[in-house]
Amino acid sequence: MINQLEYPLLSALIFLPIAGAIFVALISRAKETWIKGTALFFTSLTFLLSLLLFTHFDKTTALMQFVEIGEWIPAWGVKYFLGIDGISVLFILLSTLLSILCVTISWHSIDKKVKEFYASILLIEGAMIGVFCALDLFLFYIFWEAMLIPMYLLIGVWGGPNRIYAAIKFFLYTLVGSLLMLVGIILLYLFGGRTFDVLQIMNVNYPFGLQIILFWAFFAAFAVKVPMFPVHTWLPDAHTEAPTAGSVILAGILIKMGAYGFLRFSIPILPEASVAMAPAMMVLSVIAIVYGGIICLGQTDLKRLIAYSSVSHMGFVTLGIFALNTQGVEGGILQMVNHGIVTGALFLSVGIVYDRTHTRQISDYGGLATVMPVYAAFFMVFTLASVGLPGTNGFVGEFLILLGGFTASKPLGIIAASGIIIGAAYMLMLYQKVFFLETNTKVARLKDMDSRELMTLLPLLILVIWIGVYPNVFMGFMDESVKNLLERVNNTQTLPPDLSRIIEGNK
Amino acid sequence: MNIFILIPLLPLIAFLINIIFGRGYIKDKAHLIAIPAVAGSFVISLIALSDVIGGKTYNFDVYSWIVSGDFKVSVGFLIDQLTAIMLLVVTSVSLLVHIYSAGYMHGDKGYYRFFSYLSLFTFSMLMLVLSNNLLQLYFGWEAVGLCSYFLIGFWYEKKSAADAGKKAFIVNRFGDFGFGLGVIMIFLVIGSIHYADIFSKVGGLQGQTIFILGYDVDLITLIALLLFCGAVGKSAQIPLHVWLPDAMEGPTPVSALIHAATMVTAGVFMVARFNPLFSLSEIAMMVVALTGAITSLFAATIALVQNDIKRIIAYSTVSQLGYMFLACGVGAYSAGIFHLYTHAYFKALLFLGAGSVMHAMSGELDIQKMGGLKKYMPITYWTFLIASLSIAGIPGLAGFFSKDEILWLAYNGGPIGKIVWMIGTIVAGLTAFYSFRIVFLAFHGKFRGTHEQEHHLHESPKSMTIPLIVLAIGALAAGWVGIPSALGGHNQIGHFFEPLLGHPHVTASHAEEYQVMGLSVLVALGGIGFAWLFYYLKPIIPRLFAYWFKNIYRWLWNKYYIDELYEHIFVKPAFWLSRSVLIAVTDSKIIEGLVNGIPHKIRDFGESLRKLQTGHLQHYGIGMAFGLFTVLTLVLLLTK
Repeated sequence: MINQLEYPLLSALIFLPIAGAIFVALISRAKETWIKGTALFFTSLTFLLSLLLFTHFDKTTALMQFVEIGEWIPAWGVKYFLGIDGISVLFILLSTLLSILCVTISWHSIDKKVKEFYASILLIEGAMIGVFCALDLFLFYIFWEAMLIPMYLLIGVWGGPNRIYAAIKFFLYTLVGSLLMLVGIILLYLFGGRTFDVLQIMNVNYPFGLQIILFWAFFAAFAVKVPMFPVHTWLPDAHTEAPTAGSVILAGILIKMGAYGFLRFSIPILPEASVAMAPAMMVLSVIAIVYGGIICLGQTDLKRLIAYSSVSHMGFVTLGIFALNTQGVEGGILQMVNHGIVTGALFLSVGIVYDRTHTRQISDYGGLATVMPVYAAFFMVFTLASVGLPGTNGFVGEFLILLGGFTASKPLGIIAASGIIIGAAYMLMLYQKVFFLETNTKVARLKDMDSRELMTLLPLLILVIWIGVYPNVFMGFMDESVKNLLERVNNTQTLPPDLSRIIEGNK
Repeated sequence: MNIFILIPLLPLIAFLINIIFGRGYIKDKAHLIAIPAVAGSFVISLIALSDVIGGKTYNFDVYSWIVSGDFKVSVGFLIDQLTAIMLLVVTSVSLLVHIYSAGYMHGDKGYYRFFSYLSLFTFSMLMLVLSNNLLQLYFGWEAVGLCSYFLIGFWYEKKSAADAGKKAFIVNRFGDFGFGLGVIMIFLVIGSIHYADIFSKVGGLQGQTIFILGYDVDLITLIALLLFCGAVGKSAQIPLHVWLPDAMEGPTPVSALIHAATMVTAGVFMVARFNPLFSLSEIAMMVVALTGAITSLFAATIALVQNDIKRIIAYSTVSQLGYMFLACGVGAYSAGIFHLYTHAYFKALLFLGAGSVMHAMSGELDIQKMGGLKKYMPITYWTFLIASLSIAGIPGLAGFFSKDEILWLAYNGGPIGKIVWMIGTIVAGLTAFYSFRIVFLAFHGKFRGTHEQEHHLHESPKSMTIPLIVLAIGALAAGWVGIPSALGGHNQIGHFFEPLLGHPHVTASHAEEYQVMGLSVLVALGGIGFAWLFYYLKPIIPRLFAYWFKNIYRWLWNKYYIDELYEHIFVKPAFWLSRSVLIAVTDSKIIEGLVNGIPHKIRDFGESLRKLQTGHLQHYGIGMAFGLFTVLTLVLLLTK
């Protein structure tokens, strides 16, 4: 464990936005510009601060870095323990970036309870970063739950017409999952020497039967968040009803936490169970890829389509993770980042036209390429990234996942690869209906993006191309940590994760 | 820094400049950026070609692209005989098409966009042919497909154009699906996807099998066929040919560049590039040869009856690409690439000639409504005629030498070779017929269009006719580097390729070669003669034929109903599955039912919770604190 800085950077990243939320709460309700300005200031400051992670991260070690450790509740062995490694570092950067964009995209579109809105965004940001930094299960659980409430509010207060239903559905799903995880955490604690310290727990050998129980307990929380098939049905509703910023946070960060949970907790703490359950997880992933893709073909609502596409894309992520080989896991992590960038960008983009038209129906659009050419060009790049075109970030992740998935199981790899056909079909169909053909009279007078909107999308566009053309900058972060993770898995006594044997029958 | 990096880089820079500044600043000057860039690439490509002729080849990495565990791939360039010829074809045709487009697209509101895409396409195609590994090839492969999508749908307000672009992309994805799996398989068994590693290790795979989906499959055959899937998509072979005729919705210069001379030949290029792999599998070779032969016959028969000038040429392209695969399939890779090279010139010329005709006819495509254009547009007529003679395989012109080489080597290629040779000879006749059907219907006889059209008929501007003339020189003379020894030549291009692509063993005598050659020339002359008879002398005959053979005619006219078939077995079921099964039943009834337990209760519960949902943060804060308290209590109790 190391901390290369003299000061507690991670705590600063967590509490700066929370302090920002307090500041926002103190500003008079009437001074809306001040509220927005404060939110922008704190999110930007947090982002700048997080860049230190980018520059100071040591890529040559799998140890936890920027570590802060302190006693918190000694009687229970609860520690205030923060640290990051190659698996978590990119998500913190993504969180701080997307938070700024959530503020700028909401600038004009949120006009009620402005103060609470920006305070919620800042609180979510703090909690998100906390989730990715926490190395104490108790602390992790607090951040995990703390995210839920402001997110619930974002959907329930600032959402669309059906927001209450969506918010409660979201809340109940995640709550049920979280409660099972809580039971799991308590079991880990009791059987693991009464500590919540993740690094210590990793070195405990839990009996196989218990591991399986724990695996499914954590699965309940993580699979709902991802969301994996068949617990995905909260996602389309939540995404569709959430305000743009809410969708961006949901798609960009929140649903990554499920996959992150598998990588941070399930696999290293329960390696035997993970190996044993990997086939089942891969099968669920492949179902999600195909199912989520085909269901997109019939969608009529812009946000709903993108939401279902997330189910498909996250299926790729979990497929890669549970392939349990280098390419799969690295591809999975990269694809999580990519999906955050691309789907975040797509939701931001949809928000841009939604602010103008207040409709999400695909059939209300048409011919936008003529009316909003710059916007159309940006949307095209994000569409291509979503489709996984080489040269964009989506390709690198998807290719590595397919490589890893195919290595682990040929049949599943082949089915997963069919996702690239379906993906092209629904995204191009969407693009055609919205941007091509005769200009729909309903959208004929729309203005192209203004500079605020342009600057919101531009960083994501740059990242799409950057990661697509030179991914090593980003993949370099994860190499050592992934290697370390897989060594842990490979040291287990159970069968190697060769799924083909199970699926193809004995030979 | 190697100067050859500039070959793809120049068009890329032109693309970036035009796409960023085109709309606001450059506007109708976009060609002034794009043309010099591609001209630069052309000049450097000539340097590369002369280096390769001089015996030098290059293979170098530029930077490391993706690294993950033991998977490593770079962006890197390989310049050898095959690349050098492709560079020549791509940059020269691209340059001519750029110049032509400056006239053809003049005044279009998407002018800068058009040139941006042309530059991006040129960049992508060059990256494809220059690659020294499979993944960069795949990058170029997909990127040219993307540009094709953009350019087919260039006039995106038109539904047919937008649909055609989308169709091209999605159909190609079916091929890419196999191709991608092929790339992955190669990495798994060889441990690298760089050409040099693959070709040095591929021999060791002979006889190995792999257990997949319940069968033991020969490894090399499987890999070769997977890669070939990609080629079938990109080069529009059966069963993935359906996108190319529709692609004619794009502006005509695009059809010439992308859908005739360069992109669609990428599949042939790839198969030739992987000749060390393909040659090791008899089954794969047979599949390639038969796919090519059947496609060439199939497409030629459709071309016989179509009236849309661009679609006829498009089917002709499908057919000629089939010819190239047929050559590869019998091991005559160098003949296949030779035909690729001559075809690039005469086919681009046919398209640009068609574009010139459309330009004069205000966009008219139906050859039945043309006629007598010869006297209004002599340059277009004469160049079009040269291209038609060349594709028909009339001795002395470029197409003759490459086609003859293919047929001769097929003839020598064993039983499969004999079959495809026969098909190839028949196709030669059909090709001559439909090509001259256009010539006679469009350029000879009386004008059959409206008075208004007749009034407007004119020869195209210089920026369009000069590329036609240059290409006509190519269509005439490009084949002279491959004159066979039977005709007193030295077949330089065959020898040039031999170290890389090999040369099939020929046992038959010169006498037989003359017979094969004579037969194909005879067939070609016959085709032209029949076209003359049908469409010049006695125009009643085709109508009688259409009447007598109604059913055959209907099948041909409807392109064997393949589009309709796909619509019913792929498109409709997919949407039905999505809407009527997954959305209507699985998601909303089964999963919601199972997972939620009591789904409708949620709404009721929501109603009651609405009272709690006050929107005041402090209330939620209290709730959260309460939750935390519960958790702590639980932990405390359990640890006791």
